[in-house]
Amino acid sequence: MTDGIGARVKRKEDKRYTTGSGKYTDDVRNENQAYAAFVRSPHAHANVTGIDASAAEGMPGVVAVLNGAELTGDGIGNIICGWAITSKDDTPMNMGAWSALATEKVRYVGDAVAVVIADSMEEARNAAEAVEVSYDELPAVVDTATAMDAGAAQVHENAPNNLIFDWELGDEAATDAGIAAASHVTKIDLTNNRLSPNPMEPRSAVATFDPAEEHYTLYTTSQNPHVARLVLSAFYQVAPEHKLRVIAPDVGGGFGSKIYIYPEEIVCLWASMKTKRSVKWTSTRSEAFLTDAHGRDHVTHAEMGFDADGKITAFKIDTIANLGAYMSLFSSAVPTYLYATLLAGQYHMPAIHCNVKTVYTNTTPVDAYRGAGRPEACYLIERVMEKAAREMGMDPAELRRKNFILEFPYQTPVIMNYDCGDFPGHLDKAQAAADVAGFAARKAEAASRGKLRGLGYSTYIEACGIAPSQAVGSLGAGVGLWESAEVRVNPVGTIEVLTGSHSHGQGHETSFAQVVADRFDLPVENIQIVHGDTDKVQFGMGTYGSRSGPVGLSAIFKACDKVELKVKQIAAHLLDASADDVFCEGGEVKVKGTNKSLGWHEIGLAAYTAHNLPEDMEPGLKEGAFYDPVNFSFPAGCHICEVEIDPETGVVEIVKFTAADDFGTLINPLIVEGQVHGGIGQGVGQAMLEQVIYGDDGQLLTGSYMDYTMPRADNLPSFDVEHNSVPSPSNPLGVKGCGEAGAIGSPPAIMNAITDAIGTENLEMPATPSNVWQAIQANQIKHAAE
Amino acid sequence: MYETTFHKASSADDAASKLGAAEEGKLLAGGQTLIPTMKARFASPSDLISLKDASISGICRDGDSVVIGAMTTHAEVASSVDVPAYLAALAGGIGDPAVRHRGTIGGSIANNDPAADYPSACLALGATIRTNQREIAAADYFEGMFETALEEDEVIISVVFPDADKAAYAKFPNPASRYAMVGVFVAQSGGETRVAVTGAGEDGVFRHEGLEAALADSFTENSAASVAVSADGLLSDIHGSSEYRAALITAMAKRAVAAA
Ligand SMILES: Cc1cc2nc3c(=O)[nH]c(=O)nc-3n(C[C@H](O)[C@H](O)[C@H](O)COP(=O)(O)OP(=O)(O)OC[C@H]3O[C@@H](n4cnc5c(N)ncnc54)[C@H](O)[C@@H]3O)c2cc1C
Repeated sequence: MTDGIGARVKRKEDKRYTTGSGKYTDDVRNENQAYAAFVRSPHAHANVTGIDASAAEGMPGVVAVLNGAELTGDGIGNIICGWAITSKDDTPMNMGAWSALATEKVRYVGDAVAVVIADSMEEARNAAEAVEVSYDELPAVVDTATAMDAGAAQVHENAPNNLIFDWELGDEAATDAGIAAASHVTKIDLTNNRLSPNPMEPRSAVATFDPAEEHYTLYTTSQNPHVARLVLSAFYQVAPEHKLRVIAPDVGGGFGSKIYIYPEEIVCLWASMKTKRSVKWTSTRSEAFLTDAHGRDHVTHAEMGFDADGKITAFKIDTIANLGAYMSLFSSAVPTYLYATLLAGQYHMPAIHCNVKTVYTNTTPVDAYRGAGRPEACYLIERVMEKAAREMGMDPAELRRKNFILEFPYQTPVIMNYDCGDFPGHLDKAQAAADVAGFAARKAEAASRGKLRGLGYSTYIEACGIAPSQAVGSLGAGVGLWESAEVRVNPVGTIEVLTGSHSHGQGHETSFAQVVADRFDLPVENIQIVHGDTDKVQFGMGTYGSRSGPVGLSAIFKACDKVELKVKQIAAHLLDASADDVFCEGGEVKVKGTNKSLGWHEIGLAAYTAHNLPEDMEPGLKEGAFYDPVNFSFPAGCHICEVEIDPETGVVEIVKFTAADDFGTLINPLIVEGQVHGGIGQGVGQAMLEQVIYGDDGQLLTGSYMDYTMPRADNLPSFDVEHNSVPSPSNPLGVKGCGEAGAIGSPPAIMNAITDAIGTENLEMPATPSNVWQAIQANQIKHAAE
Repeated sequence: MYETTFHKASSADDAASKLGAAEEGKLLAGGQTLIPTMKARFASPSDLISLKDASISGICRDGDSVVIGAMTTHAEVASSVDVPAYLAALAGGIGDPAVRHRGTIGGSIANNDPAADYPSACLALGATIRTNQREIAAADYFEGMFETALEEDEVIISVVFPDADKAAYAKFPNPASRYAMVGVFVAQSGGETRVAVTGAGEDGVFRHEGLEAALADSFTENSAASVAVSADGLLSDIHGSSEYRAALITAMAKRAVAAA
């Protein structure tokens, strides 16, 4: 077996991705194709007092101009957040109404108020500009920290002071006592910068209504087509599920932003019904900056207490999270159950209390983005740990070591039950690979060149494989978070695997095939992964939160169990042996201790000809399974970053980046390392380059790549990625998930390295040259004054 | 993009007359600024007049000067043996390879983006801009952000750069756009020292008298460092304060002097 679990198989899908032969949503061209262009609000906050479409309707190629009153009049429901959070005073969250086309009020720049359907994209755009919308401008609220202040503009009537919910987790009294009893308390104020997701492929939708069948087909850029269908059908009343087919073909990256249902898909479906035309919309990059759900945007004050020996006594956190103008699909879960539950990090903390207030502002909605809540938690913990070590004059690695959780399973004070881990092992491995011992000499050498050198740690843990359905249901989730799979062995012995996971760059078509190849000892080429179409795959919950390995693959694994059982029974029958003695090897099915065997394809043939099957056995060889996880999985590791800074310009160079990660079983290390590289790339983006900035009036100032800084190859070092794998006991393959760890673990390591180099903690992300230079200047002025 | 009518000009004069005949015409050079602006629907020229076949491209020596045709791409300038190294290096640092193979020197200085690289070289080297109508000294040409001395139907034909005894350009790229956040071009020729700064000024490219005086006195890094660069009149935006830009002017001036 060369292609099985653990093999560095090159990605099957890359040929089509790299030769331009992928088939994306925008590649779909239907007969009778029309195009949608949205009329969007230029104001962050305004009452809509009138829409005059008369000029636009008369323009060349225009099929229809539609607005929100017509949409709601046709019974299309509001967009909802699917996870109900209850405030600490037991009141439900204050969710404001979100119509796919705004009716009375616009709440952020880019909010859609009308749509033009025309024969060509240019005609649609020209006419969209001719739709005259009258606005009564209102003051805007933008800033996270001050959104609840008296006098701030009110975004939704039913959310007084813009507060959506005021939620807590943990034991406040015990935490206060732990802080009070501490011999040292480290305090920190941190902002987690708002990010724009920037998948390479912008969002797109092509909706086609078939009037004779009253059936809809939607091609769309989705990470979870079945969830899209469920929500479109159950909540937005676009069409019943059996009359709606959702296809997410090749999708060029998502990072979370393609989980959600956006106004545009709803409007395209509805407009297709109204106009009896196939309706296509593809986002421009400018629209993507305005409307793709953003990530992060927290403002936090935290305090951590330590005893005289450097052991943590308690951790207290107050966070305000900005959810933007409307509550997107998972927005409420991100700063709560995906954030506060990870605040123990890798450390034994006797008490934790976290208070989270979420606020509405006149900005783009905020939801999950690569890591979703866990990067925010990790960044906070790891900057606090580093700061505490510096304040107490301790080695930052030793402070961490002193507090590591060593025994498993370990129940944290914040819901999570860690099933396994080897935290000191990751640290040891990373320290050795990063040559921490040689750092002092390198720092001195850099100083001789006028450069500041610093080293920073991050020992992260995160939670993947969301999640046991019953548990998330009890916490407010509107859906179960299992996964489904079907394994079909064809009469010729090739295999199709249908999965509810969706691959949009993760390499499932290769790694999933490897698991099946491994099970039956077959070449990976003989296995095809089918996903992304609600007419082919019965159901699925999609891909996010690094759940496709722990949950999606586990469902495939379970289905393989059933196939294997039947294969053995058929072989035992044909070879006159006991099923227990049958095994698969080298493309054959053999009987232990004998020379009896059958070609793998003969089993498929036998199953489908059904000429000679065991009594009572159904023909065919196809099995399905649903897998509901028993726990999250807990990837963890240690990142060490070494930087060199030019104090004259504030330019930071990452001279070495070391990651020692525990992802459990590695199906394909090549793909895993690619995911880590990409994750760290986005972590570097958050730490040093990226930030969504709004003016006080709610205008987006970073609306293009001229102003929003994406990480580029020359911003990134060569990564040293080490593995220290402890297989997860919580799923059959022992996998943990690797899609987000890089983006979770790296930002604090980078920031800790930079603050180490410049000698001040007063630095927020992104550490752009300008911000680093300012911090150095302020520190020099402070020292001069002292 | 709005609808537009496309023309090809066979010469600079032909371009000028087609431009004159058009309702709201625009010359098209490499299209690296104009086309994205049109795609974003910020510009809607009725007519586009392409200069591709106008025979105003190419590089030649003319005594102690190099003459660069308006349609010469940045990549051609960067790799030409007739172009002094300090100017070739500047061209090689513009944008990315795709931009350098389309973008032209004529388009760049016609556009006069306050963060563009070439304007600093024009000022510091005392270049002359030749058009279909006249010759304009660089000192009289750049009139502020996106503003130049060009008339409506005027077409740049070439730019003449006298050789310098010593010169170099140091650029600090904007992290997002990679245009110049601050670019400093220092040049010494025949006893005259010029220092031109791009990217930083509220009114576009400018000469820095303080640095010029200090470097005329002593052409050293220390001399550049000794000048207190004021933040007054410098840009302040989401990418950096005027104080930061002032510090970058000092840093880039030192680097340019070291490299010259
Ligand atoms: C991604 C990107 C990165 C870039 N980075 C940089 C950078 O780092 N530094 C930098 O300096 N520049 C940069 N540029 C700008 C680029 O290098 C070009 O110089 C610039 O776009 C203009 O040149 P062009 O030939 O493309 O002109 P066009 O876009 O075709 O034209 C620009 C303007 O000049 C006018 N024009 C063109 N030629 C003439 C002429 N002969 N006579 C009169 N008017 C004329 C046009 O009518 C138009 O108004 C970048 C551009 C892009 C897209």
